Amino acid sequence: MGLLKIDDLKVHFPIRGGFFRTIVDYVKAVDGVSFELNEGETYGLVGESGSGKSTTGKAVVKLNDATSGRILFEGQDLSKLSFGQMKPFRKDIQMIFQDPYSSLNPKKRVVDIIAEPLRNYERLSVGEEKKMIQKYLDKVGLSPDSMYKYPHEFSGGQRQRIGIARALTLKPKLIIADEPVSALDVSVQAQVLNFLQDLQEEFKLTYLFIGHDLGVIRHICDRMGVMYRGRLVEEGISEEIYENPQHIYTKRLIASIPDLNHEMREKKTNLRKRVAKEYEQNHSKYFDDLGRAYDLKPISNTHRVALR
Amino acid sequence: MEKPILQIENLTTSFKIKDKYYMAVDHVSFSVSENEIVAVVGESGCGKSALALSIMRLHNNQRTKIEGEIKYRERNIVTISEGQMNQIRGKEIGIIFQEPLTALNPLMTVGDQIEENLTFHTKLSKEKKRLRTIELLTQVGIPSPTRTYDQFPHELSGGMRQRVMISIAIACNPSLVIADEPTTALDVTIQAQILELLKSIQKETKMGIILITHDLSVVAEVADRVIVMYAGQVVEMGTVKQIFTKPLHPYTRSLLKSIPSQATNKKRLHVIDGMVPSIVNMNRESCRFSPRIPWIPCNAHEESPELHEVAPDHWVRCTCYKHFYFKGLQRGEITNGIT
Repeated sequence: MGLLKIDDLKVHFPIRGGFFRTIVDYVKAVDGVSFELNEGETYGLVGESGSGKSTTGKAVVKLNDATSGRILFEGQDLSKLSFGQMKPFRKDIQMIFQDPYSSLNPKKRVVDIIAEPLRNYERLSVGEEKKMIQKYLDKVGLSPDSMYKYPHEFSGGQRQRIGIARALTLKPKLIIADEPVSALDVSVQAQVLNFLQDLQEEFKLTYLFIGHDLGVIRHICDRMGVMYRGRLVEEGISEEIYENPQHIYTKRLIASIPDLNHEMREKKTNLRKRVAKEYEQNHSKYFDDLGRAYDLKPISNTHRVALR
Repeated sequence: MEKPILQIENLTTSFKIKDKYYMAVDHVSFSVSENEIVAVVGESGCGKSALALSIMRLHNNQRTKIEGEIKYRERNIVTISEGQMNQIRGKEIGIIFQEPLTALNPLMTVGDQIEENLTFHTKLSKEKKRLRTIELLTQVGIPSPTRTYDQFPHELSGGMRQRVMISIAIACNPSLVIADEPTTALDVTIQAQILELLKSIQKETKMGIILITHDLSVVAEVADRVIVMYAGQVVEMGTVKQIFTKPLHPYTRSLLKSIPSQATNKKRLHVIDGMVPSIVNMNRESCRFSPRIPWIPCNAHEESPELHEVAPDHWVRCTCYKHFYFKGLQRGEITNGIT
């Protein structure tokens, strides 16, 4: 049984216009996405900007309302819950945001930032709270005296770790990491990625890892889904998708990853040209008349592709 | 070897912080020839953007001090007047900035922004300028140039905006273009397209490009020569082949090792100990990378590290590379850093 099951999720944003600001059309940010997360695994969602990957993540924590579909967390449909009913679940699902510069309140001290979720859910004495925060600061590799500092006193990687500490305090089961390393340098990125893996082992966490860097996704994810214009075009075990991409969009994405081996330049350029050509020629094989991707069809037990 | 367009000798850029000057770019020397892409890589804070802005003389001269020589076609542009610099900036040397949304003026149409450059540097008539602009937009691969001409930056996607930035930079056929993180804000598929575009423009115009980036895979993809910077200094310099197949400096090797790739699948990534030093409190005498490789004995480092030519055109700073090994690996075990 999966920890999180997303079933035909749709998030449509209305476009208002005309004289009475009536709804003229919808932006179909997420348009029928289904996938499942098992306990203890890392599931990656990749796609370009605007493909709906962040919207999907936000819909799970209800930062966006789902238009239709079900979000089953341990069997309970979150999409039907009211704000108040959602409260106990918020404890189990936490989020790490992309930009460590704008996701921490600059007017709060680190201690207040990390304690905020604790203060919402648990009644701890000042001493207990302090102990708890020190424990988590220690876990994320920050010194205890950083408790009374402000976010601007930290570097990007350290800030991201404060964000992670904040997400951990309530002992969540699922963490939604929305591009947690995109804003970081390679060496800092390596630190944060290692660290996320250590925490996963220690706390038995499940990650929904949203990203656009295919190298990172390949490194950290067990399974992944590729999103294009609000739809999943390919889904399955990451290794299988990287080795044997079936959908043209996935092929394009993988072909455009720059290669560290400079001798592959020519080959890469040719591959890209070939894929771009195939993309133009066989458009109808992969997308319907409206430019929507088809529904996912299994090609093996662990690999599903959106083909006609 | 072709004649260099730009020759930088001992360029030092210092910023004033609380009445004292601190070097952000520390005695950097290199040259760029025609038809060549020189990549400057390093992490944030290593001085690579400060270097780019120094070449363009875009620093606030109240708070910055630029020393050394930047020779553009035998002319030292550090000492020339602002008026003379204005003749070079945009016409001879173009620049592409990182974030196209903040670098473009939101209140001007795309056409006007490109024409601004032409108005300043050429005497073309209004009609000719318009034609040239549309030609430029076509050259950078914008699908409907006549429509885009009258559009505003917010109406375009990130990739299209970056194309507009490029067309501004190349409007007057400069012989050198500085591209400061041109693809960082873009998606991978768009990144590949923009890099392809830069290469194809270069093929036509034979311009030199200084590509400033933190992404080593982008470097491997397009560059001819690579300059690796750490804490304001050049730590290693060589051809792409030398840097990627035989990296020597511990920093270059560590950086290459920390990139997630196919081989690292689920394993732990290499992490460089410690943090990038701040320019205010940094030990400028000894090897600047030494605090981050504490397991290498002190006597492996030079007292005041210099660049050594280890192979033709391959330069490495300090002697510590000879003794460097990754922690956890046996000493002497050969790793090229890409393992």
